[in-house]
Amino acid sequence: MKKSILFGIIAALGLSSGMAVAGTLDDVKARGNLLCGVSTGSPGFSGVDDSGKNVGFDVDYCRALAAAIFNDPMAVKFVPLSSAVRFTALASGEVDILARNTTWTYSRDTDLKQTFLGVTYYDGQGFMVKKDLGVSSTLELDGATVCIQVGTTTELNLADYFKANNMSYEPVPTTDNAESKQQYLAGACDTYTTDASALHGTRINLENPDDHMVLPEIISKEPLGPLVRHGDDNWADIGRWVLNALVIAEEKGITSANIDSFADTSDAEIHRLLGTGDDDMLAMINMPKDAMYNAIKAMGNYGEIFERNLGESSGINIVRGVNNSWTNGGILYSPPFR
Amino acid sequence: MSSVNFPVEKFRFGMLLSDTRYRSTSLQVIAFIFFVAAVFWLVDNTVKNLALLDKDISFSFLWMRAGYDINQRLIPYTNDSTHATAALVGILNTLLVAFVGCILATIVGVFVGILRLSKNWIIAKLMSIYIEGFRNVPILLWIVMVFALLTEFTPQPRAFKGENPDASMILFDSIAVTNRGTYLPNPQWGSGSIWLILVFLISILGIIIFRRYAKNIQKNTGKKLPVLWISLAIFFIPSTVFYFILGSPVTLEYPYLKGFNFKDGIHVRNSFIALTLALAFYTSAFIGEIVRSGIMAISKGQTEAAAALGMRPNRIMSLIILPQALRVIVPPMISQYLNLTKNSSLAIAVGYMDVRGTLGGITLNQTGREMESMVLLMGFYLMVSLLISSVINYFNRSFQLVGK
Repeated sequence: MKKSILFGIIAALGLSSGMAVAGTLDDVKARGNLLCGVSTGSPGFSGVDDSGKNVGFDVDYCRALAAAIFNDPMAVKFVPLSSAVRFTALASGEVDILARNTTWTYSRDTDLKQTFLGVTYYDGQGFMVKKDLGVSSTLELDGATVCIQVGTTTELNLADYFKANNMSYEPVPTTDNAESKQQYLAGACDTYTTDASALHGTRINLENPDDHMVLPEIISKEPLGPLVRHGDDNWADIGRWVLNALVIAEEKGITSANIDSFADTSDAEIHRLLGTGDDDMLAMINMPKDAMYNAIKAMGNYGEIFERNLGESSGINIVRGVNNSWTNGGILYSPPFR
Repeated sequence: MSSVNFPVEKFRFGMLLSDTRYRSTSLQVIAFIFFVAAVFWLVDNTVKNLALLDKDISFSFLWMRAGYDINQRLIPYTNDSTHATAALVGILNTLLVAFVGCILATIVGVFVGILRLSKNWIIAKLMSIYIEGFRNVPILLWIVMVFALLTEFTPQPRAFKGENPDASMILFDSIAVTNRGTYLPNPQWGSGSIWLILVFLISILGIIIFRRYAKNIQKNTGKKLPVLWISLAIFFIPSTVFYFILGSPVTLEYPYLKGFNFKDGIHVRNSFIALTLALAFYTSAFIGEIVRSGIMAISKGQTEAAAALGMRPNRIMSLIILPQALRVIVPPMISQYLNLTKNSSLAIAVGYMDVRGTLGGITLNQTGREMESMVLLMGFYLMVSLLISSVINYFNRSFQLVGK
């Protein structure tokens, strides 16, 4: 069995040799769909709805990207990946892009040979506890048993945080959000720690959400974003600018509903972005002129995607906070489309 | 007299294949060349593709700070230790599960195997159900099942709190069974305990010598000494006497509830218990079948001959059948022990941090060194497997019939 893993890796590397160098866009077009690595289940970010359709914040970003490439938001094949295998899957070419609430860190960007495309969600690590535990701060968790997903940045933050505060803990390693949740509910751990957004999403889906609370402290910076392999700059540019386009659209007030009303706006940047002007800006990244138009038309701007998956209408009810456009007091800020 | 002169045929290249004298050698050479070429291609392809991904092969990550914590550690380890130390912690955890699992599987397996041959219909059928139940369900499911039972049906540590707790410790308040593991009293070795251990070891030696002596007496005079009772006496009396003479050097540290969890005592985690039990029960089903086949391989004449000499069924089994059956039983046991050891790599399913979980899981993931970690892992499992086979092969030789 161990041997087959090696041969599997070798075979995967062999198969992906063509993809790794360049031409991810050509490969995606030839295949006719986008392979998008998502989480195996994180409420609000990636999941499956009652009709079996993939939904979520990360899912919608991939759909926007597919809409930009194919003018079809459904031309995506979602590959559910656990936190432990996601980077291997990306490196071996199993997916074209990883949109799996992954934290942008120095060593992942450099040593793991990946390119982060930007930040889709500014997150931080939090702790969820049962209310009857009688804990109101993370600093009261000395000696606690903590459920933690293996192979994540949260695992390292946890170790650092408890050490810095001179506290001890007992880790209970799990492989994904579902297992953590189950262990937490069974009382095998006192507290469950992961990105605060995922905690809110998980809590709201519990049987009695009011019996649980997310502690107020945020112990780390977790800028989450999509990423691709090193070595194909054009592909990275496409992913980065589709994300930026969604942010710019919100700044400019362009939504999926009113997008057609901007055909004769006097704002030149909107014409450049939507391809309604004379210049074909999108040719610079080998994309159709109306790529961004299609993406926004299909999925809406950043604000709409947020509201649909994480905001009030989703039931998860996360406030925009720092994840608001800079024009509304947040820190979402796209470089100009020029 | 004239000798016959065979025509000396000149060697031709075609003879390498057409001549039976050379054919097998040349075929082997060709196969070997293909094999080397295939290995070379694989290695070359790997290196090239890693280069394309802008990656190299380097083991220097092993000496970097690991940064993560491991719950069960048999050697000192903190998150400041290196990845190599983390791997070692994992290796020891793997070996612990494999060792305990193999012993447990053997004990249970031998019992199950013998009992399945029992003349008692109910016992024989129960054992059949046990064996078929365990060996026909994937091991992963058993591991998860046992773990779920342990976490769902045992009380949380805080159930022990308060005036009228929902749960209480068992065996004179010395053992706490919780859904995070079982807390056992921890022996504290005070000064003078070294002498106690020495006395204990000497009494064990005494038992061995006494049994030899008793055997000799029985052989020479036919007289039987009460071996069991005297052995038990040697086992208990000197150690107990010295325990009080030395002023009770060994004390027990009892676990007690403090904060969120029990403190002190030995914490046997549920992940360890679940993994060990599931592996042991699963493997014991196979071992039971091996034992049964070994016993059935001994001809019925042996049993009948022993019975004709007036031996009772118990002694026939232990003195006549089992010693002969061992010759059939031991060789296939090796592969069962290897299976158990390798199956322990499923540990991550219940969050047990074995070497697959540390080196092949967290380290691999945090450093992105898939190739290196996998190669090291394979090397480790290969080495352990070879070691286990050679040890058991050594024992096996002592069971075989010695030809004269």
